[in-house]
Amino acid sequence: MSIELKSVSKQFGEVAAVNNVTFSVNEGELLALLGPSGGGKTTVLRMIAGLEVPTEGDIYIRGQRVNDIKVQKRNIGFVFQNYALFQNMNVFKNIAFGLKIKKWKSADIKARVRELLELLGLEGLDKRYPHQLSGGQRQRVAIARALAPKPSVLLLDEPFGAVDAKIRQELREWLVRLHHDLNVTTLFVTHDQEEAMEVSNRIVIFSRGNLEQIGTPRDVYEQPANEFVARFIGVMNVLELEVFKNVGRAGELQFPAPGYADGERIRIGFRPFSVQISSDLNQFPYQAVVRQTYFLGVMLRLELELESGLLLRSRMSKEEYANLALYDGKKVSLQIRNYRILSREHEPLGPELTAPEKSSLFVGEGI
Amino acid sequence: MAGYVKRSRQTNGHTASKGGTEESPFFKWLLITVALLFSILFLLLPLVNVFAQALSKGWQAYWTALSEPDAWAAIKLTLLVAAITVPLNVVFGLAAAWAIAKFDFRGKSLLNTLIDLPFSVSPVVAGLMYVLLFGLQGYFGRWLADHEIKIIFAVPGIVIATIFITFPFVARELIPVMQATRSEQEQAALTLGATGWQTFWRVTLPSVKWGLLYGIILCNARAMGEFGAVSVVSGHITGQTDTMPLRIEKLYQEYNAAAAFAIASLLALLALLTLGIKTFLEWKQERDYERAQRAAESYEDSTAPTSREPEITAVRSQP
Amino acid sequence: MAAQRFRVLPGFGLTMGFTLFYLSAIVIIPIAALFLKSFQLSWADFWRVVTTDRAMAAYKLTFGASLIAALINAIFGTILAWVLVRYTFPGKKFIDALVDFPFALPTAVAGLTLSNLFAGNGWLGQFLVPLGIKGAFTPLGVIIALTFVGMPFAVRTLQPVLENLDRGVEEVAATLGAGRLRTFVKIIAPTLLPTIITGFALSFARAVGEYGSIVFISGNKPFQTEIAPYLIVFRLEEYDYLGATAIAAVLLVISFVILAVINYLESWAGRYQR
Repeated sequence: MSIELKSVSKQFGEVAAVNNVTFSVNEGELLALLGPSGGGKTTVLRMIAGLEVPTEGDIYIRGQRVNDIKVQKRNIGFVFQNYALFQNMNVFKNIAFGLKIKKWKSADIKARVRELLELLGLEGLDKRYPHQLSGGQRQRVAIARALAPKPSVLLLDEPFGAVDAKIRQELREWLVRLHHDLNVTTLFVTHDQEEAMEVSNRIVIFSRGNLEQIGTPRDVYEQPANEFVARFIGVMNVLELEVFKNVGRAGELQFPAPGYADGERIRIGFRPFSVQISSDLNQFPYQAVVRQTYFLGVMLRLELELESGLLLRSRMSKEEYANLALYDGKKVSLQIRNYRILSREHEPLGPELTAPEKSSLFVGEGI
Repeated sequence: MAGYVKRSRQTNGHTASKGGTEESPFFKWLLITVALLFSILFLLLPLVNVFAQALSKGWQAYWTALSEPDAWAAIKLTLLVAAITVPLNVVFGLAAAWAIAKFDFRGKSLLNTLIDLPFSVSPVVAGLMYVLLFGLQGYFGRWLADHEIKIIFAVPGIVIATIFITFPFVARELIPVMQATRSEQEQAALTLGATGWQTFWRVTLPSVKWGLLYGIILCNARAMGEFGAVSVVSGHITGQTDTMPLRIEKLYQEYNAAAAFAIASLLALLALLTLGIKTFLEWKQERDYERAQRAAESYEDSTAPTSREPEITAVRSQP
Repeated sequence: MAAQRFRVLPGFGLTMGFTLFYLSAIVIIPIAALFLKSFQLSWADFWRVVTTDRAMAAYKLTFGASLIAALINAIFGTILAWVLVRYTFPGKKFIDALVDFPFALPTAVAGLTLSNLFAGNGWLGQFLVPLGIKGAFTPLGVIIALTFVGMPFAVRTLQPVLENLDRGVEEVAATLGAGRLRTFVKIIAPTLLPTIITGFALSFARAVGEYGSIVFISGNKPFQTEIAPYLIVFRLEEYDYLGATAIAAVLLVISFVILAVINYLESWAGRYQR
């Protein structure tokens, strides 16, 4: 276990920035701290670094309780959101700073800095000052500086926050490779769910200071712990149903809702993937029209309008789209395979339910 | 407030067309003429006059006036006072700026106001305050006399009064500069293992050095030129407690104008030197600012769709 | 989470402790001592000491001359700032650097050279005195000296604001058909006015406390050219500590009031920015 947080809380005056958070990070893991801004993820990162002192709870690094260990002695590498390069030092001196503090021999320092310049593709820039570097270069200098003293943990605060989409993509892949090669336990903060999904081994999701869920990208997508996670990660169709005789309805859509009283209103959610489409108008129970198609690389997102006017979002591959011979305005039939009954935002979700095949439920019970 | 002059000049650089927003040439040149006349009358003439009067009796007389023992004593005392005052106010300025710029605490704006307070106190009143504390009739006068410590009508009094007058200069310059250097740089140094002192010496101080120098030259100019406060506490003992400005007054009252101007010319030279360094530092600051702007622009370039960013090809594994 | 503050940086106790110690020793305790001393007088005695005819004449000269000097600076300082920001002309950089000269020049030197310039045999006096304009040893001399020392404040306060003034607004006014004068009166002047008043107040505050330059140029004649700070010195030389202290307390209170007004003005002037 590389890092462990046990019931950690942080108050800023009246505001609870982090609220009773417990999780652990495995050695060599690449972990994303994900959440909307103000969620508490940066505070968690800064508490691990020792830049912030927890109000309550304990933090362990490699089994050692570090609450009382100062930031200088925690042996962490921290990359700040705006890089925080020393403006008055050139690239070489920036990277060498931590080594000089640790009183390395100057020959060793030179060798180590050269090694890092090479590792990070910064050769030939060692004499430049931060103001002479591009954004991406600055970021790599910041990472090199953090890595130089061989930290046991690398912490990055919004590492790709300030770069555009193309470089962002490159940097993501590059971070994965760097992590793969160095095998340093790495935590990074991001508010971009796609970035977290793509880069990390596991994701910790925060909102309003609470830890909502921790798991692999696949876990949090497929098994979201609550509605917040479900809606934050990926797209979700949400419908409000009115229950009558154990069946919830919205427009022509009907879902079994046993155990709910007549007149009660419940909400359900389902992923776009759960919306199954057929060109055969009789194959599935509901009829809809393709309103709008969005091309997202290899995937497509469709907006479907039901006869009652309800809009649903579906997602499919290009092949499927071609096989179904779809186009905007085409009439299709559809069914919803899986759905969950939603409760309040931060409470656990109900189990995933499977909608019955064209069953008796739908026959003769339409409104 | 009433102590020094702020110079924050970061030109917007908008070279927008001036069509329709320019005065008629007649009016424009009228304004320029008025401004020039005013500047010549109130700036240039007084300056030139100092040197003209100082040399009115020739170089020989000028040199004699300066090399006379009492003049020499005044020069040495002035240098001594500045040499004690400026370092003390630098230490105070650094401490105050660190506390105010890097931390949040209750009463910060009150502290800021208190630091500025000496700017608004008349120098004569400042001198009087120390007479009331340390003078023979003062609160500590009896005790000091018993221990044979002389502050008023002696060098320590002059030093303390000068410290009061120049009290805010360094701190006032440093606080905004220190606030501007993001504390993330210091935090980064801490994460790399630096202690507080190491962080201060290696990261903070280098990044505020120009602001500090600016504060020092202003503080020094004022310390060497202070008249009112020093006049009250000095006792005007020729050759002992006369600083250069006091010596000037004495010579003036003795109708020895040329000698007075000779010493005054040294202080005027100091003022010109101060202005020169000040202008240089402002130019440097402007250049740094432009550099930062340019860096920000090139940064934007690099994030533009047509990226000049070198492709990151392979990450070599660490030996 | 933007405004997070931390006590991770060390040295707060040390620097804060030193700051408070130094501030108390140099500033707070002496000021307190002055007020404490003035309380030794009964209210009636205090009132009598600070309102003698001679003191009243000194206040009148101090504040009257400061007011006039600050007004002159407000007008000519504005013109100077405008010219330095908006126009190019030969010698502009030199004049710009020279604006700080009165600030860098020791006041004794300023007083010395000004009194010499305006004396009967001085460069300016030789023309002015025959015309009846006596600049040395008159209230006019006081005004001249106070104008000199206060000028940088008026110019330097206005200059950055003028530089950051959005030219676009003037251009819009022009495209809407406003003439130059109308644009100035309706658009530029209201924007600059708070800053001009701030500069006026700063230059006034500087003038009220001024001593060094006045001593040389005014002649310090009681009831005529004696300013309030000089009266303090005079009382001190008579060993009338209480009398000196009382007048000093009055001046101190007035400067604190001016300080408060200026702080208010600056926040008022700042409302047009950002």
